[in-house]
Amino acid sequence: MQRRTFLGLLGAAGMGAAVNKTAPAAGVKHFEGYPDSYGVLFDATRCIGCRSCEAGCNQINGLPQPDKPFDDLSVLEKKRRTNAKVFTVVNRYDRIPGVAGAVFRKDQCQHCLEPACASACFVAAFTKTPQGAVIWDESVCVGCRYCMIACPFEIPTYEYNEPLTPRVMKCHMCHPHITSGRATVPGCVGACPTEALVYGKRRDLLAVARQRFAAFPDRYVNHIYGEREMGGTNWLYISGVPFKEIGLREDLGVTPAPELTSGALAAVPIISAAWPVLLTGIYAINKRREKIATEEKKQAVAEALAKAKAQAKEELDKALAKAEAEKKSAVEREVKKALEEAAKAQAEAEAGKGQTEEGE
Amino acid sequence: MSTLKTENLKQYLTPFNIVVGIILLLGGFVTILRFTKGLGAVTNLTDNYPWGLWISFDLLCGVALAAGGYTTSAACYVFGLKRFHSAVRPAILTAFLGYALVVFALHYDVGRPWRLPYPFFVQSGPTSVLFEVGLCVFLYLITLFIEWVPSALEWLGIRKPRDIIVKATLALTIFGVVLSTMHQSSLGALFLIAPSKMHPLWYSSYIPLFFFVSSIAAGLSMVIFESTLSHHFMHDKMDETYLKEHDGVTYGFAKGAAMVLVLYFFIKVVGITLDNNWSYLLTGYGAWFLVELLGFVALPAFLYAIAVREKNLTLIRWTAALTVLGIVLNRFNVSLVAFNWHLPPEMRYFPRWHEFVISIFVVTVGLLVFRFIASRMPIFYEHPEFKEHEPRDLEEHELKPHPQTWGH
Repeated sequence: MQRRTFLGLLGAAGMGAAVNKTAPAAGVKHFEGYPDSYGVLFDATRCIGCRSCEAGCNQINGLPQPDKPFDDLSVLEKKRRTNAKVFTVVNRYDRIPGVAGAVFRKDQCQHCLEPACASACFVAAFTKTPQGAVIWDESVCVGCRYCMIACPFEIPTYEYNEPLTPRVMKCHMCHPHITSGRATVPGCVGACPTEALVYGKRRDLLAVARQRFAAFPDRYVNHIYGEREMGGTNWLYISGVPFKEIGLREDLGVTPAPELTSGALAAVPIISAAWPVLLTGIYAINKRREKIATEEKKQAVAEALAKAKAQAKEELDKALAKAEAEKKSAVEREVKKALEEAAKAQAEAEAGKGQTEEGE
Repeated sequence: MSTLKTENLKQYLTPFNIVVGIILLLGGFVTILRFTKGLGAVTNLTDNYPWGLWISFDLLCGVALAAGGYTTSAACYVFGLKRFHSAVRPAILTAFLGYALVVFALHYDVGRPWRLPYPFFVQSGPTSVLFEVGLCVFLYLITLFIEWVPSALEWLGIRKPRDIIVKATLALTIFGVVLSTMHQSSLGALFLIAPSKMHPLWYSSYIPLFFFVSSIAAGLSMVIFESTLSHHFMHDKMDETYLKEHDGVTYGFAKGAAMVLVLYFFIKVVGITLDNNWSYLLTGYGAWFLVELLGFVALPAFLYAIAVREKNLTLIRWTAALTVLGIVLNRFNVSLVAFNWHLPPEMRYFPRWHEFVISIFVVTVGLLVFRFIASRMPIFYEHPEFKEHEPRDLEEHELKPHPQTWGH
């Protein structure tokens, strides 16, 4: 808990994926599952669709009684899925090409080696136990239902009618009952009358399946569903008909779910490291460009100003010189004019004198 | 006395108030139902469809459409496009309210809403994309709050803390862009874990990139779209700078959105090519995919480009609405149409009316809070007493020569 909190805080600093070496998202090594983990082998050639497993599951987990009793096989008319009150269902598959009767398959949590639900949970409410079961912790679940989006087998369910304390409900392979000693095998396995279900170490179950292939090569499709699907599951299936005919998807691939998001998650520390530097750089470039533009502007203004000043001075000088010249010529003109006037006045005065003398 | 009362009452009974009143009443009713009877009573969610309208619209669309906050502030403060300065505050306010409402709406959707801080304070699941989304949204909401606070402080006339925050503008902006890059893309990355449930045309390992790039187009278009609405309804609150810069903001954002949409179109085509999904284009889903890609990505890119060239503001506004609609369509296509495409039609999901009520209720609350804040605080105008504290460059802006005309 302490460590998780610490890692969460590291994640907050955008370093989570870089430091947390054990995180499946950032891991590079191949995880083959806990070595001594347990699982269940389901053999579709042995299942008779009696629904005893459903009853056994219901009983040991104290789930609500269904509307129709478990011995009512009419429910098999419709394809069902797990829900908040039912951890496991048996479905009947008719009209399979080349097969006369019906084939049944039990559905429940596959207990992936690297579970999608656990990888998707943002409070790490899911745990893959070393014993093999994938269990869920009610005490931290927020109820976001991303586990239900993530699960490729469409297993986790939700108590939609609980207003404030809805739980995510799914098969836990009777992990609490087996660890407490209440049961030695899961409820469904104990209830199966035909040994269509075998509980044991996953390693041994793979061997059992191969033995059956070897003993009855004509009876089986030579493939153990769950050995590699989605990186492998602790629940394994063998069948006499192609798996897609009994509602098991054959297009899931062998990539464990956490790897599907590890690339995107790896981008987080890179973005948080690179973006601030890059953006600050862009800011600095723009700032500098702006500064240079301002400087260039200032310089241009100064140049223009100097040019204008010089021009103005030149014009002023010219004007002054012109004014000087004009002044000079004006003075000369005035002097000349004054002299002329003086000369005229003198001449007039002399002529007037002569006339007076003649009149006497 | 009694006549005065009736007159007062009449004054409040505007069509707007009546509609809002009905929405709030219905919202309250559904809220009570949700928290007394559970999600089952108000949604059509099933074990196959754990996420419905509230995640598709309130979370995925809400976050994408609130991208205007980081795109506008990044354009203005990081990329130095200061002509957009007057658009920053409305965009930040919208983003802050948008994110706050996303978190508010999540309280309806998750089972135990009081545990929403658990991933950060009780037990973390760092392998989850949702953890990253949650952490980024949480931090970004705080960032947006801090970015918005100066408007409130100016309104209250508190100078000191406001000045400190304004000084940190660049740091806050960069932090916001980092967080937005991560969670906008991570919202798409949420679906990476479910390739077996997604239609191949919408599933791509590039989906985080698609979500991030389209969020930029959404953000730019939302700013145009909102400013159109604000112009209509809050014109009296806008100052001269806002109004003067407004057309420039619209042209600039339209140009940006056109380019981003072209980029988005190209990477979507690359996505189809890399996964060799061409053959799916001939199916019904393919036709729908083409409607989205051609009608809501290529067409708006083209219309934006034309409108910018012809300086046609009306066309830009309609194109912004088209783009926003296209992003909404994309988020719905990814989370509802492409998701669970393998299920038979009778098992597919369609929202219940209660779900629509809550989504409309949340948007209405957002509009009311926006109006309350924008009609009181300096959002569309600069507070006269704080004007001199704005970055000086802004006031010099008028004197500055246009960068393109300089140096030739």
